[in-house]
Amino acid sequence: MIEIFGIPSQALFGQLLIGLINGSFYALLSLGLAVIFGMLNIINFTHGAQYMMGAFAAFLLLQHTGLGYWPALVVAPVLVAITGMIIERTMLQWLYKLDHLYGLLLTFGLALIIEGIARNFYGSAGLPYQVPESLRGGQNLGFMFLPNYRAWVIVASLTVCLGTWFVIERTRLGAYLRAATENPTLVRAFGINVPRMITLTYGFGVGLAAFAGVMAAPIYNVSPQMGAELIIVVFAVVVIGGMGSIMGAIVTGFGLGVVEGLTKVFFPEASNTVIFIIMAIVLLIRPAGLFGRGT
Amino acid sequence: MERVAPDAVGMRTERSRSEIIAFLLMAAVLAIAPFFVYPLFLMQAICFALFACSFNLLIGYVGLLSFGHALYFGWASYAAAHLAKVGTISIPVWFGGWTWLVIPLPPLTPELAILGGVLFATLLGLIAGALAIRRQGIYFAMITLALAQMMFFFALQAPFTHGEDGIQAVPRGKMFGVIDLSNQMTMYAVVLVIFLACFLLIYRIIHSPFGEVLKAIRENEPRAISLGYKTDRYKLAAFVLSAALTGVAGATKAIVFQLASLTDVHWSMSGEVVLMNLVGGLGTIFGPVVGAFVIISMQNYLSALEQWVTVIQGAIFVLCVMLFRRGIVGEIANLLRIKL
Repeated sequence: MIEIFGIPSQALFGQLLIGLINGSFYALLSLGLAVIFGMLNIINFTHGAQYMMGAFAAFLLLQHTGLGYWPALVVAPVLVAITGMIIERTMLQWLYKLDHLYGLLLTFGLALIIEGIARNFYGSAGLPYQVPESLRGGQNLGFMFLPNYRAWVIVASLTVCLGTWFVIERTRLGAYLRAATENPTLVRAFGINVPRMITLTYGFGVGLAAFAGVMAAPIYNVSPQMGAELIIVVFAVVVIGGMGSIMGAIVTGFGLGVVEGLTKVFFPEASNTVIFIIMAIVLLIRPAGLFGRGT
Repeated sequence: MERVAPDAVGMRTERSRSEIIAFLLMAAVLAIAPFFVYPLFLMQAICFALFACSFNLLIGYVGLLSFGHALYFGWASYAAAHLAKVGTISIPVWFGGWTWLVIPLPPLTPELAILGGVLFATLLGLIAGALAIRRQGIYFAMITLALAQMMFFFALQAPFTHGEDGIQAVPRGKMFGVIDLSNQMTMYAVVLVIFLACFLLIYRIIHSPFGEVLKAIRENEPRAISLGYKTDRYKLAAFVLSAALTGVAGATKAIVFQLASLTDVHWSMSGEVVLMNLVGGLGTIFGPVVGAFVIISMQNYLSALEQWVTVIQGAIFVLCVMLFRRGIVGEIANLLRIKL
């Protein structure tokens, strides 16, 4: 048995892997929050509930229509994104002119409704969701055992995150988006339908959350409160990274996942709180966040 | 100018008169209420009303939305419950290794226990506030929420809080060694006096020169800075005051219910106090009181619906934000053109 810093390498790499998995979800969720915040100027408290909706949509699709993991990976985020766009059209759009704390309060209320309804119908206990046939088993890497599904989650979320970064920072569509973030009136004057862009952006951010939810379903159980605790950690991640930069959100997400995983090895009592402690330290040293611009 | 001035003066006296009448009315109703309504329910509502009023000091008058006020409420109740039941304080300290610094104390009388709870909440408010005011707006809300969640995990793990069980069977004891609080009506009178005193204190803070600066910061922070105010200090002072008053509410609740539990430090409690303010009316003096009574009554009378209560609370949030942003008291004040 190889040991690193007095810790068996199996345990160390095992926790590192769990850290990367958690980091994948932090990255996907904080990316969605950052995209939504950039365009709508609201912080989407419903994000955790929408992540949970993604997992539930996958579960229900399997139960009622027999659609398996792979179709659900596409269908569930689209369905949840549609509900998100309905929320944006019917409610959020009336709040843009007000103090943005109202957006926070509205989305908090929506999160309570969604999670409350889910708890009523499915109780608090988790519902199991099977790992898809094609991703069962794993690889023995010599120093550790790597389950295929976990490797897939990391690769898939990295791909989606970097894809999102590429679209926003390197394509024409992304340029419109960034321009509309800076000055919506001017972009509108150029004949671009900004309100529709806002709706689609919200839908996209929500879709990212639901996508994370579907991927989480086989790892954690599908449960109504899976998003509530997670979203608070993601808020801390967002405070640490600052929402100004897409790449910042991705890097901080994965980085903090790894830090949390390592804390589980070296100082397990603090694993729940380490991200919050890092947040406090970052606030002391760099109040604007690691990648933030201003406040 | 000459025409405006007397009007303005007239408005001012008119306005404060409506507030004085409303205050006397509230005090009178609360004084006779225990003869008609179950006192324990009233005490619960009053503790939450004080919690909501303290919270309102921040959101209503400085424009800061804290999403972590359960931190001060819950931890004040833990501190008060511990002091009243056990007394002895053990603090982990680093002397080249972790050891316990033990301050042996007998179980304290309720007023000292409450004082201890308030001091602890004040200290927490000072630390959390100093961190949170480094960022504005939406970030402020997220930071306060995250810090509260961190302390929730401490409450879950710390030995003295007894995790899921909470601190149970806290003795009510004798206030100042003479007033026996085990009598329900005596307890009620004490709670009412504490509430009214804190309410007046909050009223005084809001209408002091300090309070005027807070309102100026709410309206236009850059301008307040350019006028020479160190706005960060004002914001921190308001935050600490709010945390301390929240601590009074939490500590009193622990003595009344003889219990301190995880419910009071959970994030959903932070959400509830926001809801009370929203329902009652943000930035109105009486709004939080009305909001607290509405929400607590709702929870009591609808408790048979169990999980649906969360859904209903969420729906009230949505309704208030979409259609009813002034809240109950705000709407009444607007209708009658008075200040409440």
